[in-house]
Amino acid sequence: MTLAATDAAPKDSLFSHARHIVAENPVTGLAFGLFALFALAALIGPYVVPHDPLASNTSAALQPPSATYWFGTDQLGRDIFSRVVVAARLDMIIAVASVALVFVGGGFAGIASGYCGGWTDRIVGRVSDTIMAFPLFVLAMGIVAALGNTVTNIVIATAIINFPLYVRVARAEANIRREAGFVQAARLAGNSEMRILLGHIAPNILPIMMVQVSLTMGYAILNAAGLSFIGLGVRPPTPEWGIMVAEGASFIISGEWWIAFFPGVTLMLAVFCFNLLGDGLRDLVDPQRRT
Amino acid sequence: MDGRVKPGHDDGTERTGHLIDHWMEATVFKQIVRRLGTAVPSLIGVVIVTFLLTRVLPGDTAAYFAGPAATPQAIAEIKAQLGLDRPLPVQFLAYVKDLATGNLGMSLTTGQPVFEDIRARLPASAELTLLGLILSVAVSVPLGILAAVRQGSWIDHLCRVIATAGVSLPVFFTGLLLVYVFYYKLGWAPAPMGRLDFFYTAPDTVTGFYLIDSLLAGDLEVFRAAWSQIWLPAVTLAIFSLAPIARMTRASMLSVLASDFVRTARASGLKPSKVVMGYAFRNALLPVITTLGMVFSFLLGANVLVEKVFAWPGIGSYAIEALITSDYAPVQGFVLAMAILYVLLNLAIDILYGLVDPRVRIEA
Amino acid sequence: MNMHAGANHMQPPLLEVRDLTVEFATRRGTVRAVEKIDLTLAKGETLGIVGESGSGKSVTSFAVMRILDRAGRIAEGTITLGGVDIGTAPEGAVRALRGREMSMIFQNPRAALNPIRKVGKQIEDVLIEHVQAQPSDAREKAIEVLKAVRIARPEERYHAYPFELSGGMCQRIVIALALACRPQLLIADEPTTGLDVTTQKAVMDLVVELTRARNMSTILITHDLGLASAYCDRVMVMEKGRVVETATAAEIFRAPQHPYTRKLMRATPRRGVTLRDLLPVDAAPAAAAPTAPVEGAGTPLLVVENLVKEYPRQAPATGLAGAFGIKGAAADPFRAVDGISFSVARGESLGLVGESGCGKSTTSMMLMRLLDPTSGRIVFKGEELSAIPARRFAGSKWRSRIQLVFQDPTDSLNPRYTAARAIADPLLRMGSGLSGKALRAKVEELAGLVGLPVNLLDRFPHQLSGGQKARVGIARAIAPDPDLVILDEPTAALDVSVQAVVLNLLQDLKQRLGMSYIFVSHDLEVVRLLCDRVMVMRAGRIVEAGATETVMTAPKADYTRELLASIPHPPI
Repeated sequence: MTLAATDAAPKDSLFSHARHIVAENPVTGLAFGLFALFALAALIGPYVVPHDPLASNTSAALQPPSATYWFGTDQLGRDIFSRVVVAARLDMIIAVASVALVFVGGGFAGIASGYCGGWTDRIVGRVSDTIMAFPLFVLAMGIVAALGNTVTNIVIATAIINFPLYVRVARAEANIRREAGFVQAARLAGNSEMRILLGHIAPNILPIMMVQVSLTMGYAILNAAGLSFIGLGVRPPTPEWGIMVAEGASFIISGEWWIAFFPGVTLMLAVFCFNLLGDGLRDLVDPQRRT
Repeated sequence: MDGRVKPGHDDGTERTGHLIDHWMEATVFKQIVRRLGTAVPSLIGVVIVTFLLTRVLPGDTAAYFAGPAATPQAIAEIKAQLGLDRPLPVQFLAYVKDLATGNLGMSLTTGQPVFEDIRARLPASAELTLLGLILSVAVSVPLGILAAVRQGSWIDHLCRVIATAGVSLPVFFTGLLLVYVFYYKLGWAPAPMGRLDFFYTAPDTVTGFYLIDSLLAGDLEVFRAAWSQIWLPAVTLAIFSLAPIARMTRASMLSVLASDFVRTARASGLKPSKVVMGYAFRNALLPVITTLGMVFSFLLGANVLVEKVFAWPGIGSYAIEALITSDYAPVQGFVLAMAILYVLLNLAIDILYGLVDPRVRIEA
Repeated sequence: MNMHAGANHMQPPLLEVRDLTVEFATRRGTVRAVEKIDLTLAKGETLGIVGESGSGKSVTSFAVMRILDRAGRIAEGTITLGGVDIGTAPEGAVRALRGREMSMIFQNPRAALNPIRKVGKQIEDVLIEHVQAQPSDAREKAIEVLKAVRIARPEERYHAYPFELSGGMCQRIVIALALACRPQLLIADEPTTGLDVTTQKAVMDLVVELTRARNMSTILITHDLGLASAYCDRVMVMEKGRVVETATAAEIFRAPQHPYTRKLMRATPRRGVTLRDLLPVDAAPAAAAPTAPVEGAGTPLLVVENLVKEYPRQAPATGLAGAFGIKGAAADPFRAVDGISFSVARGESLGLVGESGCGKSTTSMMLMRLLDPTSGRIVFKGEELSAIPARRFAGSKWRSRIQLVFQDPTDSLNPRYTAARAIADPLLRMGSGLSGKALRAKVEELAGLVGLPVNLLDRFPHQLSGGQKARVGIARAIAPDPDLVILDEPTAALDVSVQAVVLNLLQDLKQRLGMSYIFVSHDLEVVRLLCDRVMVMRAGRIVEAGATETVMTAPKADYTRELLASIPHPPI
């Protein structure tokens, strides 16, 4: 059912715990499955789709879903199913890249600020407060408008607006642990501060940060799609879920629902999947639920 | 290490109630002043960031003004004219001076000062966002409370499904779905084309909110027309912001209901209604109020997308139009206006929090 | 079962519990927290329910009040209070009894009060609920109730929020809430745990006085056999959800019947017993003669001179200054440790006793060199350690010479390290040069020393019991073969029977390895067992120091006398 369930190594209560969580909450299992599907589409999608996602065919424009065109065709006669599958790669790349960027940057800044306190804390805090002073999507719009209308800048903007979230989580976790008994004990055992930070504190924060990663992944996809919906970042005819919904928007009022519907539903499922995974992971690392 | 006396002895080291009485009136006012103080650095940050954004705008503003056929010399001249060749701090001062006088530049598309454009369009956005928030709170808070009180019941499951599904919905997609169902299929809503059908004239401006102004003018027909246009986008926004509020209400209610003081209240024989609403809910409200800050951040962003879907003539669609035509002054003005609005909303949330929680009040 | 006579002999009992069984639904199926309990309480009687954690004592009281949480239910048995069957009565009827006929006071009084409602209003709520007051006279009556629990300036305290009051004061408010409607039954669930010993005495004396004056019945739930027998007529001992013995307080100490009671009683530190007496008879090792302190070669191991630690008191920053994180003008600094001097000889155990906030923890942090003193000297083996800043001390060769055993064994172990890895940590960091098999052998040797089974070494902290975690902590502390070990309330988080074993272990280790101890604790009875000399601290100063027996039997300082008088003593 899941990757976790197959591991039978006796050493790991973590795996048995994972199995337990999946058994108790099959929705998490479903999310794992969905995730695998999206990962697959991103990896091999472009090689297996039935039609060329960019080829227009005016004779077959605006066709509803059928056996040939599973999700129908758009105003240029392009196959929507192929476009939706191919778009997975770009959307995933944007999400993964921006989250990776902020995971490293925000995580490091947060741990440093929580552990060192003082000026580091004040500067990091001021920077993230300033970002938080903007409605995040609006700031992302401003950044992309200023830096230039490219996919790279969408990644950067998404990373920047997630920065305060990562800082807050990492900082709080590092701060609690700074004076924890086991950190004091590590000091008494002669560990240097750097070793305490990397060897004792960071590994204990990592699981919580992973939950954060999963949850913000969904948000990053939403954010990127929102930006391309209003015409920022990705340019047509590149297939991308947000821009495809935007292209289908004007046909909704004349009843051609499928153009916007399928990319929209896919987008929703992708975000849903990451949110569920995040919740599942949270259960997994929450020591209170662990026995 | 804040130097307050640690409690421990029973001999009256703690502050007394007597003092508090005298403090109360003065404190609420003091607290508001203090909160205003905390908003200042945020505003400074906002101004610095928007300034930086204008400096790194693509395609060199001067070159843009000079047109595609301009010589380097002509561009340099325009640069000097616009003051772009001066050192950054000087430019910053000029920028601040412009802001202080409400000068946000001119919009190339409308030919109007950006400040005027935004002022004219802001009420449309505010009306939509506020109505969305009101609808959302009216549903999500009771839902969260019920889910927590009847933990494990169908309403609890419903709440959890809504909480997870709701945050996954792309707001522009929900909007389109609603348009398809309620306009195209059912015909319950008019075409998504702005605030008011062209058939009607807007009511006299008092608040700028058509729903309120039409009532003030006593014109029920316009009210109905305005309502028929606004309810669908407002519901779209409400669905979007339902999830975080319901989720937080449920979680904080659950943790408060499990707390020691609720057990004390139950052990004292207080009525369940008193325990839940009087004791638990007021405490559970605190994290919910904090969440509102985040919700506003999402709402103001979502508002931009919803305005595009429903062709709503607010500042969001203004900014999108400007973006498409590479007209950057309105975009900057929009980002700045949204940020200032958001800082003010956070200020209001902080003050509200202080009114509910005495601990914050007294630390002030 | 109960042979307790008394004036109420002929009356029907106020509370009668028969065959009570409480079950909890958990992820692993149904768990019986309490099984077939019988309990009788006469009018005006005080009953103590004693047991270690998990014995079901609190669950019993929640069942009587019928405030078990969602997962729990009364599976069997009857509970009758003054003729009303609590088990089957409708919720509305039981609710009317709560607060009016039966009340409860809880552990952790501050959390037991609504944090954002004035305490006076909270009392009013109860009075109005049970129609003891009308909104018009509620305030007046609430103030009367506050007066009854001896709260000074009740008119002012009426307006206070719980966070503005001390722990002891909060507990008085909770008592006021419980007694506001003059109920017949009061259940006190660990009412003084977490409070200082002098506050504990004040609170308990108040409860006894008020309940006696009103001829109320009281159930006192506690883990402390000493406390129960000092304040109760009868004591009921519980273990794993069952009652093992019920007897009068005097009898239970004189002639405990059940083996568990005997073990529990023996393990309770009390006057006139030695460390070995705490262990069960059969478990006591060949009596090790209490050794005299090893005579050091003249120089003491540790000399502390005029040690001071000050913390700045920050005036609250206001307005713009606060917004920018600029601190307000500094007021007079707060002196957590106010010029203390003492020395520790080689092989000696020195006790450091005081209540919370007295500066004992700050002192131990400075001695551990985790915190820099404001002024004063710490001289260890002739070397002035206070000259090395705390920040750099981890890399110093002196780090391995001074070690600490932490108060909370759970918090002090890295959740991601196995027991073996935790014990090996100081060996790896402080240049023992051991690795691989040699390291493992050393870790196993240390585990053997502290009595930790070798097969537990590969477990993570959450897979170990409290006592086992304490052993890991001790093994880690002695791993670098230190000269001085500071014991920071090492048994405060443990049940008494485990405490007895750990204290004995510490004593054995000291004799085998020739270390010196500084034992930091709030409990003079426990310190007495392990220490040759004791210092009593209050408000950053040492108020009395001397040989433990002298201080305990002939205290010179008033404060020491007060501390000693606050220790509950069984009525023998």
